[in-house]
Amino acid sequence: MDPINKSIVQSALNGFLNRDVYLHLETTNGAYAVHRKESNMTVGAYIRNGRICFGRGIITGDGPYRVGLKIELGWVYAEGLTDFETDQEGRLLLAGHDQDGRLAVALELSLSPFEL
Amino acid sequence: MEQHVLVVFPHPDDETFGCGGTIAQFTKSGVPVTYVCGTMGQMGRNMGRPFFANRESLPSIREAELEKACQAIGIQHLIKLGLRDKTIEFEDPEQLTDRIEQILKEVRPSLVITHYPGHAVHPDHNALGDVTIRAVSRLSLQERPIVYAHAFARDCQDMLGAPDIINDISAVSEMKLAAIRAHRSQSQVILPRLGNGQFKNPSSKNSYSHMLERESFWTYRFS
Ligand SMILES: [Zn+2]
Repeated sequence: MDPINKSIVQSALNGFLNRDVYLHLETTNGAYAVHRKESNMTVGAYIRNGRICFGRGIITGDGPYRVGLKIELGWVYAEGLTDFETDQEGRLLLAGHDQDGRLAVALELSLSPFEL
Repeated sequence: MEQHVLVVFPHPDDETFGCGGTIAQFTKSGVPVTYVCGTMGQMGRNMGRPFFANRESLPSIREAELEKACQAIGIQHLIKLGLRDKTIEFEDPEQLTDRIEQILKEVRPSLVITHYPGHAVHPDHNALGDVTIRAVSRLSLQERPIVYAHAFARDCQDMLGAPDIINDISAVSEMKLAAIRAHRSQSQVILPRLGNGQFKNPSSKNSYSHMLERESFWTYRFS
């Protein structure tokens, strides 16, 4: 992955507009956050292969970045995004990494389902 | 003397961090060790330092790291259950218990090492430890292997008392260290502390010294 280039990510988002898109969205502070006393709560959530269709998708901020996808009945939102990759399969991978390179947030879009 | 050891953990690297030295002791003395690894740690947040993995590349990277770590500590037989990280507690426990029971009947281990259910912090650890204990308890008393349960919750000594098995692994610490290094994506964050000698400095708050010196287990008591 490379540090986010806003215009490349924006054009990649545009490529997914008004299509059936598979979504991976997650945030985590690590399964051991409480155990290692890094936090007083272990929190995390993920959705893998949620199928969405969005007519508006924007990346914003000065880094770390935010992304909002406007879907028919609501929104998909992520903040803290620092790095991106577009892979050979045409997927857009966005992630936010902390100072130790650990993943804290991820938002990924694909036209075919993500592997389980 | 054990005849065959079966290790059951959910994540690539549990075998190394938790009991890599104990496994190395067995394999070094000629006891075969089979590792049943539940998932590929697909949802781990460590991506290497500097990070070189991403959410989609992580599973195959960890799979390769696992093979290398198994070589380092002499595990010759690896069984991958193909479950997904963080989801084991939501699977049907009966089905998982059947699967482990089937493996027990094939491998016929004299010793099983797994997580102590309820005392192993990560929900996957507790869930897979639980079904493993259930599977062992289905066996008749004569068939039943000994179970070493691994626990590391902060309060585990208060809850369980002191561990009855304390293995001095210093003679095989290099093998364990090689396995830790093999799990690159997961260990690079802590390796600088190793380089600074913190592995060796017991007074350090984030000391990992104990990891290369001893490993402890509770012999599971079936009621
Ligand atoms: Zn684990």
